[in-house]
Amino acid sequence: MKRLFKTAALAAATLAVAATGSFAGDYPDRPIGVAVSYGAGGATDFQARIVTMVAGNEDILGQPIYILNKPGAGGRKGWNWFATEAAADGYTMSAYNIPHFIAQSIKGGVKYSAESFEPIANWGSDPAVVVVGKDSKFNSMQDLIEYAKANPGKTTTSGAGLFVGHHIAALQIEKACECKLAYVPTKGGGAAAMKAVIGGEVLAGINNLSDAFRAREAGNVKILGVADLERNDFIKDVPTLKEAGLDVDNSSVNFRGLMVPKGTPPEVIDKLAKQVPMMFAHARVAKRMKAGGSPMKIMNREEVQKMWADREAVLKELLKGL
Amino acid sequence: MEFLNYFGGVFEPWAFMLLLGGTIGGLILGATPGLSPTMAVALLIPFTFHMSATHGLVLLGAAYTSTVAGGAVSAILLKIPGAPANIATALDGNEMAKRGEGARALHLSFLSSGVGGVIGILLLIFLTPVLAQWVLKIQTPHVFWIAILGVTVIGSLDSKSFVKGLLSGCIGLWLSTIGYDEIQGTERFIFADALGGGIGIIPALIGLFAIPQVLDMMAKGRVDALVEALEVPRQKLAASMRELTRYVRALSIGTVVGSIIGLIPGVGGQIAGLVAYDQSRKMSPQREKFGTGHPEGLVAAESANNAMVGPSLVPLLTLSIPGSPTAAVLLGGLLIKEIFPGSDIFDNHPEVVWTFINSMLVGQVLMVIFGIMIAGWAAKIARAPAPIMAAGVLVPAVFGSYSVGQSVGDVHIMLALGVGMFILEKFGFSAAPLVLGLILGPIAGDNFTQGMTLAAAQDGPWVYFFTGTLNIILIALVVASIAYSFWNNMLAGDKAPVAEPVVGDTK
Repeated sequence: MKRLFKTAALAAATLAVAATGSFAGDYPDRPIGVAVSYGAGGATDFQARIVTMVAGNEDILGQPIYILNKPGAGGRKGWNWFATEAAADGYTMSAYNIPHFIAQSIKGGVKYSAESFEPIANWGSDPAVVVVGKDSKFNSMQDLIEYAKANPGKTTTSGAGLFVGHHIAALQIEKACECKLAYVPTKGGGAAAMKAVIGGEVLAGINNLSDAFRAREAGNVKILGVADLERNDFIKDVPTLKEAGLDVDNSSVNFRGLMVPKGTPPEVIDKLAKQVPMMFAHARVAKRMKAGGSPMKIMNREEVQKMWADREAVLKELLKGL
Repeated sequence: MEFLNYFGGVFEPWAFMLLLGGTIGGLILGATPGLSPTMAVALLIPFTFHMSATHGLVLLGAAYTSTVAGGAVSAILLKIPGAPANIATALDGNEMAKRGEGARALHLSFLSSGVGGVIGILLLIFLTPVLAQWVLKIQTPHVFWIAILGVTVIGSLDSKSFVKGLLSGCIGLWLSTIGYDEIQGTERFIFADALGGGIGIIPALIGLFAIPQVLDMMAKGRVDALVEALEVPRQKLAASMRELTRYVRALSIGTVVGSIIGLIPGVGGQIAGLVAYDQSRKMSPQREKFGTGHPEGLVAAESANNAMVGPSLVPLLTLSIPGSPTAAVLLGGLLIKEIFPGSDIFDNHPEVVWTFINSMLVGQVLMVIFGIMIAGWAAKIARAPAPIMAAGVLVPAVFGSYSVGQSVGDVHIMLALGVGMFILEKFGFSAAPLVLGLILGPIAGDNFTQGMTLAAAQDGPWVYFFTGTLNIILIALVVASIAYSFWNNMLAGDKAPVAEPVVGDTK
């Protein structure tokens, strides 16, 4: 038995050496995993599967990408794992969700911060929007804010959880209107938050643009405003919150992209930073994403690094004293 | 009767091939512990990229239907419930398999799945607009009371002793608090990294049900004389069908409870089987036989968990809100074809939605046929000698708990819970109430905190939780259920306690 262990340990060591020895030259020479911190079927998982589907093409990475679901604790479990246990060899990437993981790291209790990861590229942006039920008495942001000012703390507003884009948007709206909402984080994500709006359980809700767009198509909600710098192509008629007179920028926009752990060899990062945006821009990917109602925004490594830094500064300010 | 116009689509060669493939594949995936219906459907999504919307949905619908029913196979033969839906199936089903009646149990389970499933889909076809309104009426305080109603049955579920049942339930409720509380944003009882995400339901199910059994078998296997091989008698299908007609009460309770509970977003699939099991026991004249391999419990549980399939799609198809994780995956499959559920799907793509629903109806029938075909040889597993069986259960147990989150931490949690449960079973505690506590804890807790937030912004918790017709009806049911348990316990207390042989005793 002892000998068997020795042999096994030796074999494992040899394999490890072989694996580390080989990447410098012809990375990647085996399939690459992408960890998703949310369950199968969620928006992040769904989009990650689409944007990585052409990775195996010779002119992209030449190796397929597979998805590893590591759900739990609003993404914390997956990112904790990625920051502490994932091998920094380029064969394990992770999807990031901004502002989630930065806000969580500012709040504390997790083993990562923006410094634990190296961004590769961004594929999507899903702005938060303000929705109300189709029969609601509110027809514009002004109506809603007026009510909130007259009834402080009574404007129940659902959202997908704490320290996610929806929560950030609610905090920014409260700051801008100098009024008090009653933010209700629902268990069960955006879908549960949307049901609360449609069922009239809450007066308003903050939700993803893509889901709100669908709910509006189905005739169930009105969209009052979008928390972004510009109007969105999916809902051209809806004003931005800024147009509605609220000083709210795009800090709550949910950005999604790929990253690797700190310590990944620079030549691997360079190769990924060059190839991954091409993968996102592939015509087949764009077609599928558009069909799914998922807005794309491709950003390269430098742009993402800047976006992360900006976001961190804004969130630190916003979450102070919470 | 619009749906009748689209039946042709189901029997078109390609669609029917996919339906067959999806059903057979789904039965096999469902029988594999750890591969829940949600995962099975998610795995199939990439295959639908190159199909038409109708074909893609036929495949996904067939897989959904048959994985739910396939879960009964491992629940009955190995006592590993593949998903929470199959917990109640394991209670009586595995006892039957141990007696060598595995084939009979599988026949009954597939037949009752089929009956429940067909009725559930018919409800989806005829009552969708009405049911959609119901879904919206069920709000935070109601879900809270439904969870509490579930808690009240804990004490009487699969336990010789009411008090021990309650105690197991409390352990389960405590275990459910471990992890990161997302609504309050705080950590609870995280003393090891693996617990960061809380105790996953699939590793818990596998650990609590399968591991004590493996340990028992190992204990037995050391004595050669006790290595037993069960003879599996042949089971005639006609006999099973005749038998099913004797359990009309359980079948109706299962179907009704499954359809109603299936509607509730986020709750349905997990507790439908257990609630139906408990209800049919309370109404059965032979209630003392439940838990000892009584087919009635099996029939109620299996008809409920398939009856839930149809209604669970109502929120998705009408409101575009996925009511369960599986529905969320189906939504992804629809969106990628540029089809938005809601009124759009019924107005602009009737051929897609009706072919999908019809194919699930036909799929239920195919599922029964193929399920019964595999039942005969699958039941032979029970003949394997205990040592081989123990190893045979351990492999899928480890594989299943790892595959949920590709995490060794989950395997450790599974093993730790399993060893703990083995010891608790020696003292007469049982796993089912513990699991029910684990499932209901977060549902009650989250809806309570969420309700309190909403109540604070409205008229306060008293008005919010205790007024309104639906709240009052649910509270009345809670009170009735507690009163019933006490009454029953007092009656039972008059009789002399019956000595029970300790499971796994080496004699």
